[in-house]
Amino acid sequence: MRLGTIAVREALPPTAAYVTDKEIQEPLWHYYYDVEKSVAYLVSKHTPKLKMAKKENVKVKGNVQGSRNDECSNPFSVKDFFGDMPWLNIPLGRQATFIAPLYPRGGLLGGSPDGVPKMSKLQVLAAARKKKAQEQKSSGSTLVEAPMANLTLDSSKSREPKAGSSSRGFPQRKRKDSNPHEKAPTPVKRESSKAESQDSPMETPPPDQAEPSAFANTMFSTPPKPAQQPDSFFTLPYNATPIANTDPFAGPSPDDVVMAAQSKASGKGGKGPPKTNGEKRAEQIANGVEALKMDDTPRARSKNLDVLAEFEKAETKNAANFVVIGHVDAGKSTLMGRLLYDLKVVDQRTIDRYKREAEKMGKSSFALAWVLDQGSEERARGVTIDIATNKFETAKTAFTILDAPGHRDFIPNMIAGASQADFAVLVIDASTGSFESGLKGQTKEHALLVRSMGVQRIITAINKLDTVSWSQERFDEIRTQISSFLTTAGFLAKNLAFIPCSGLHGDFIARRSTEEAAKWYTGPTLVEELDNSEPVHRALTKPLRLTISDVFRGGIQNPLSISGRIEAGSLQNGDALLIQPASQKCFIKALEIDNAAVDWAVAGQNVVIHLSGIEEQYVKVGDVVSSPASPIRNVKELVCKVLAFEVLVPMSVEVIRGRLSVAGRIVGILGVLDKGTGEVVGGKKKVRVVKPGQLARVKVELERGVPLEAPGRVVLRSGGETVAAGLLE
Amino acid sequence: MRLIKQNIERDGSGTITLFPEEPEDMWHAYNLIAPTDLLRASAIRKITTEGVTGSTTSKRVHVTLLIRVTSIDFDPQAGQLHVGGKVAEENKWVGVGAHHTLDLELNRNFTLEKKEGWDSVALDVVREAIKQDKEGTVPAVVMQEGLANICLITEHQTILKQRIETGIPKKRSGRAGDHDKGMTKFFEVTLETLKRHVDITLPRPLLLASPGFTAAGFQKYIMDEATRLGDKAVLANKGNLVVVHSSSGHLHSLNEVLKSPEVLTKLKDTKYSKETRFMDDFMTLLRKDDGRAWYGPTEVEKAVEKGAVGRGGGVLLISNALFRSQEIGTRKRWVTLVDKVKEDGGEARILSSDHESGVRLEGLGGIAAILTFPLEDLDEDEDEEQDEEKEVFPNGTKQESII
Repeated sequence: MRLGTIAVREALPPTAAYVTDKEIQEPLWHYYYDVEKSVAYLVSKHTPKLKMAKKENVKVKGNVQGSRNDECSNPFSVKDFFGDMPWLNIPLGRQATFIAPLYPRGGLLGGSPDGVPKMSKLQVLAAARKKKAQEQKSSGSTLVEAPMANLTLDSSKSREPKAGSSSRGFPQRKRKDSNPHEKAPTPVKRESSKAESQDSPMETPPPDQAEPSAFANTMFSTPPKPAQQPDSFFTLPYNATPIANTDPFAGPSPDDVVMAAQSKASGKGGKGPPKTNGEKRAEQIANGVEALKMDDTPRARSKNLDVLAEFEKAETKNAANFVVIGHVDAGKSTLMGRLLYDLKVVDQRTIDRYKREAEKMGKSSFALAWVLDQGSEERARGVTIDIATNKFETAKTAFTILDAPGHRDFIPNMIAGASQADFAVLVIDASTGSFESGLKGQTKEHALLVRSMGVQRIITAINKLDTVSWSQERFDEIRTQISSFLTTAGFLAKNLAFIPCSGLHGDFIARRSTEEAAKWYTGPTLVEELDNSEPVHRALTKPLRLTISDVFRGGIQNPLSISGRIEAGSLQNGDALLIQPASQKCFIKALEIDNAAVDWAVAGQNVVIHLSGIEEQYVKVGDVVSSPASPIRNVKELVCKVLAFEVLVPMSVEVIRGRLSVAGRIVGILGVLDKGTGEVVGGKKKVRVVKPGQLARVKVELERGVPLEAPGRVVLRSGGETVAAGLLE
Repeated sequence: MRLIKQNIERDGSGTITLFPEEPEDMWHAYNLIAPTDLLRASAIRKITTEGVTGSTTSKRVHVTLLIRVTSIDFDPQAGQLHVGGKVAEENKWVGVGAHHTLDLELNRNFTLEKKEGWDSVALDVVREAIKQDKEGTVPAVVMQEGLANICLITEHQTILKQRIETGIPKKRSGRAGDHDKGMTKFFEVTLETLKRHVDITLPRPLLLASPGFTAAGFQKYIMDEATRLGDKAVLANKGNLVVVHSSSGHLHSLNEVLKSPEVLTKLKDTKYSKETRFMDDFMTLLRKDDGRAWYGPTEVEKAVEKGAVGRGGGVLLISNALFRSQEIGTRKRWVTLVDKVKEDGGEARILSSDHESGVRLEGLGGIAAILTFPLEDLDEDEDEEQDEEKEVFPNGTKQESII
């Protein structure tokens, strides 16, 4: 130990004499009396000693490491310790030889920080051109600018330590990253990235270095790849030249000195200087351009199609929407599930899966209904809550099913479905007792509602006939009752059809029955009857109207999408739309029909519209989309001609039109009308009460302004019951 | 509210000094104070004095002012009452005729003197206001998918605290998760808002009403959240979360809530549930259209004149909004009507216009009556009626002839 201490003390320069024995002994102990390592440690620990220690190492050849020092005149051990600060040990001679050949190469590589100067020249050019062309757009550029500035700094930074090592005369302090940190009095925010680049030159550059490459993207076809950054040995010599003998500590700021020196020496290393100012400016402009571009992209360009002509040209099948109505648990969803399954719209595997899952929940008979009841709550409770839409095609027509909920709480949803329908399928539970209770319940209400929504044609599917063993008497009994009820409700007898069927087993839906007991029925099946429906006339030339039935996120590309059925008019990509009641304008980014992108859509089609230029908060279910040229207006008060289902007095009501539901109040009964002529009956006498079945003109005041216009069909509900339905005036 | 001093002569003149203790009392004060009354209350007034050099200094002083009321403004959500008027008594800082708006404060006396004297309805209001056995406030959430109305049902008012609307994606094939996520988000927002307005740990009923399963889902959500967060106070209060069926999420569905059996067992004899019952009885009779139920000012007045609203089931339902009339004559008209019904032995019910039932009554013109015997043709000579009806609505509201 003693000997070791003496040896180390010898190795240490006289300037480091203040190092105590104890201080020397400690590293000796830890390094197992390895003098060389101990010296290295002490050198690193007591910076003032550093250079002396090194010098000694070089001079004193009698030491253990002497032989190695001979070869490279460089203390290997120190190099080990400062492995990540390689500049420390690179001999001057080697630097000199490396610089010349490497210099152009570094520039050409364009990847490392050194590559940037090369870029900047072009950028300056671009900047000059751009500046002439347009005003500088500085907003928003700052963010991207920062990393770029970082880059600039980085290259100059890696130069600095070089300067230090090449002049070797001044003391190196401590170890590793401490040195660049203290040297450069640069802005604080750059500190971190600096440290990073200094700490581990071999590492891939920090992510913020990647940012400028985006910028560069706009300028060059090939972005610089900082990832290719060669190791520091490679970069350093090249960087070193211009300022080889500058003492960074002498100048006010090493960065400034470097920049100044570089800007002077314009030919050789001088590709960096314009970076500081010109580059930033160029970047700002470039960013501005980029920002402008970003604004432009989302707006789809209109092809200015003549949609109506396109529609004429396109040979599409007839499209028809029908709503499936009936009392709760009549088997509406199951019937439709069966229909889709038999028509191979839903595959066997899906059905099998539903069957398994339904059995698990103890509801095996609900499996077919699950085709339409997709909601978790709907499945758990076995009740349809919201309208389900599904499509299928026959040879003649493309149908859209609107499967309505039967429960009385969800009648607003059913109304929403019925308002989109061209005709209706009324499902009736034929089993004993159920038909009777249904007739009192929603069978009646639904039928009246679809009639008041303007539905003319109704197909009655008398379901669950298998439970009464396909009794023809039962079928005829129900048929008589229903047809008399429907004719009083205002349906024409020729628009009524009756089909016996079993949703669970599939008889008379897509195929004829195999049951012996059902042979008596020879009429068409449900699908055949559906196909008999005549094409409906659409209001194609009227101004655009669409009631939003759903607002959702259509994917990452389309943050805001709406769906609904076009009630009137047409639209195409790029069209401007007006959303009421928010009175917000927006644009069509893309259109979809049946999950396929299209360029246009016309009345009668169910369309998904991806919007741009509007916030989500302005778009709600039940809002109306119209064209800004012929907008729909918001009203707070309306006069309508209604057919009363219940007693009407001035009272609170809910006004429902499609998906739109708003609270309001009947403020006045303007008169009872004659059903035939529409004239006010009873002269001037005031009406206090409208009795069920009477036609009356009422004035309704709404809680808030909503888009409604004549001739819209509205339903008035109060206390969970439909009290009236009618036409706006 | 506490009655501090009452000094009323036989002819109805005199003063009453009251001490409001809770925000609800402001509502009583709102019904009590009418234009042309004399109101004395403490106020802070800014006094600006001009010096000899023309420089002005201003300071705030506490003064007790007596004003002749000209306008009343009530904010039901904040429970604040602002009474504007002209100063009627001079003091050191303020001269007679200067305008001042008194903000009535809780826990500060105010003294009221009626110009026309204290009538029976006004005294009833005072009696009602100083009643000690008050029913508590019942919070309720009336909701449907994507819409929730959080309100407080107090004895005399229904205060809508907050309306919540969130977009919930509808079900679409293959996107079932969106809807569930939307519902969870909706419940989350509703619960957060509810907690901000109402202490859900208090042992009192909290009504959750909705069509379908929304309210039940919300109750489950509250419980799940409480379990997740280990909120014992909420868990213990589970029995007080009452799920009620209503036909929609709009506020006017509250009347269905109030008459549902679940609520009636809990809040049987509260004033509002009684009021609701009266309105329902009236509506049932009106449906029958047998001439026993009449609404509208003229008809009811005529019926009362004929003594049809008397002993044995006659009920006069009148909204207290009618008594807030700016015109003295109008108020007097209704007060006499009420007095006449009481004299005949009928029941006169003054319904709070801030309750659901009162709102329904207001739709009928603010006044309705159940008669003891059928009367026909009360609605003749309508021309005359038109003119009178304009007076009915004090603030010149949009309401026009209803009959």
